[in-house]
Amino acid sequence: MIITPEVWEVVWLSLKVTTTAILLGSLIGIPLGAFLGLYSFPGKGLAVVLIYTCMGLPPVLVGVVVYLLLSRYGPLGSLGLLFTPEAMVIAQVVLVTPILAGLSMSAVQSKERAYWETAKSLGASPAQMVLTIVKEARKGIWSGVAAAYGRAISEVGAVMLVGGNIEHHTRVMTTAIILETRMGNFTSGLQLGVVLLFISFLFNSFLVMGVLQQLKSGRR
Amino acid sequence: MDLKRMRAFSLFFAMVLCLLLTACTSSTGSTPAPQAPSGQEQQGQTAGQAPAAPDPASTAASEVKQSGTGQEIILATTTSTQDSGLLDTLLPLFEQNSGIKVKVIAVGTGQAIKLGEDGNADVVLVHSRKSEDEFVANGFGINAYDVMYNQFYIVGPADDPAGVKSAKSATEALSRIAEKKATFISRGDDSGTDKKEKSIWKEASITPEGNWYLSSGQGMGATLQMADEKNAYTLTDEATFLSRKMNLQVLKQGDESLLNPYGIIQVKTTSKPDAAEKLIQFFVGEEGQKAISQFGADKYGKGLFVPSAKKR
Repeated sequence: MIITPEVWEVVWLSLKVTTTAILLGSLIGIPLGAFLGLYSFPGKGLAVVLIYTCMGLPPVLVGVVVYLLLSRYGPLGSLGLLFTPEAMVIAQVVLVTPILAGLSMSAVQSKERAYWETAKSLGASPAQMVLTIVKEARKGIWSGVAAAYGRAISEVGAVMLVGGNIEHHTRVMTTAIILETRMGNFTSGLQLGVVLLFISFLFNSFLVMGVLQQLKSGRR
Repeated sequence: MDLKRMRAFSLFFAMVLCLLLTACTSSTGSTPAPQAPSGQEQQGQTAGQAPAAPDPASTAASEVKQSGTGQEIILATTTSTQDSGLLDTLLPLFEQNSGIKVKVIAVGTGQAIKLGEDGNADVVLVHSRKSEDEFVANGFGINAYDVMYNQFYIVGPADDPAGVKSAKSATEALSRIAEKKATFISRGDDSGTDKKEKSIWKEASITPEGNWYLSSGQGMGATLQMADEKNAYTLTDEATFLSRKMNLQVLKQGDESLLNPYGIIQVKTTSKPDAAEKLIQFFVGEEGQKAISQFGADKYGKGLFVPSAKKR
């Protein structure tokens, strides 16, 4: 297949937007998940259910809400963010943060009993305890990151709405596939789809290799 | 928390959340000023249900009645006929009389024609004369008719920074936009409207490129919305523009090169030639032409499409 500069541009923007969203989402989601996994407080049940529900948020709904917020007539319209890559990052952060939080929470919970008491008896401060347990649960958290990355990079509804699929500006792989298909260029659409799959494959390979290595060292 | 309680809890909260979400979204829809995009969306939808259409219940009933004996055919068409609500008015009339159910696939002209070429549709209704002629010449289509036409508008912000309003022709209008480097949004999706736009640029001997020329790669509705948000110019078909209320103004219309003729063509390889023929005859026949001329008249003060049936 032909990789033209245009295709590279589209692939590059996809990676840039998704990676930024995952980084931002991790900064919020992982500490939140760890906190929920470790501490009990009144209303925790509700918080957990909300997070689980938001893990399945329909991307199009997120797209519409972010669109209305950023629209020229909306509350954040003065920022002029609609139809920019930044708007796409915002929508994806909303999508991936609950996934990162939810899966981090499960990962931390599965490690909690074994390490909590030990860390506590060794006189660790709360922050140190959280850090230790997040470190111990990194395998589960990693797979959460992988799941979130896969969802974000293959997502189309929200980025189409808030990004607008503008050529050389906000066109990413998924919206380019839609456009090619609409124009009747099924072949180009498929080719882009293959690139998308390949990137996902590469990313997951790295993750799996990392996990396998951890398993090995764990057995030793 | 044990599993059973957890399940009961999650079910309950999921339901509450659903309710909350519906409440939230509908209230955000109604709070902003009437020109807000959400308002347009709603108006777009109501415009989609054309006034002349029979009520949904009776249509549904007739479908059920005929589904046993009736055939189904696929009409590949452009988003403009669907988005404007024309098909919602015309097709129930046809379905009631003929007992043939029409499944509509609304896409860009490029894809609609491709659907016909691949034999995935029985009839195509599109508006790009050049591609239509190629479609017939290459042996993919027969029975081609002119059906109707409507107009394209050049629309843009009310303050008209490029001075399009005083331009004498469509080509001059676009030249002025290019000269001023005023933001122009192109469909860029190879649709009929997009092809029309490209042909006017060509006529004006301008290759539009640069930061001011954006290619949205989306349908007319989304592109108009984007032009509205960005205070930009765009070329739009009349029907989609009138069915949405926004702050954009019609700045140029009536020029010869802004006419938009629609054609209907039977796919040669269709497995249901009789049904396809019937649908075409309905569109170019007396009843269909009359319904076309009346469509939208009560709502917009003028018909959105001008009937012009003619065998090619």
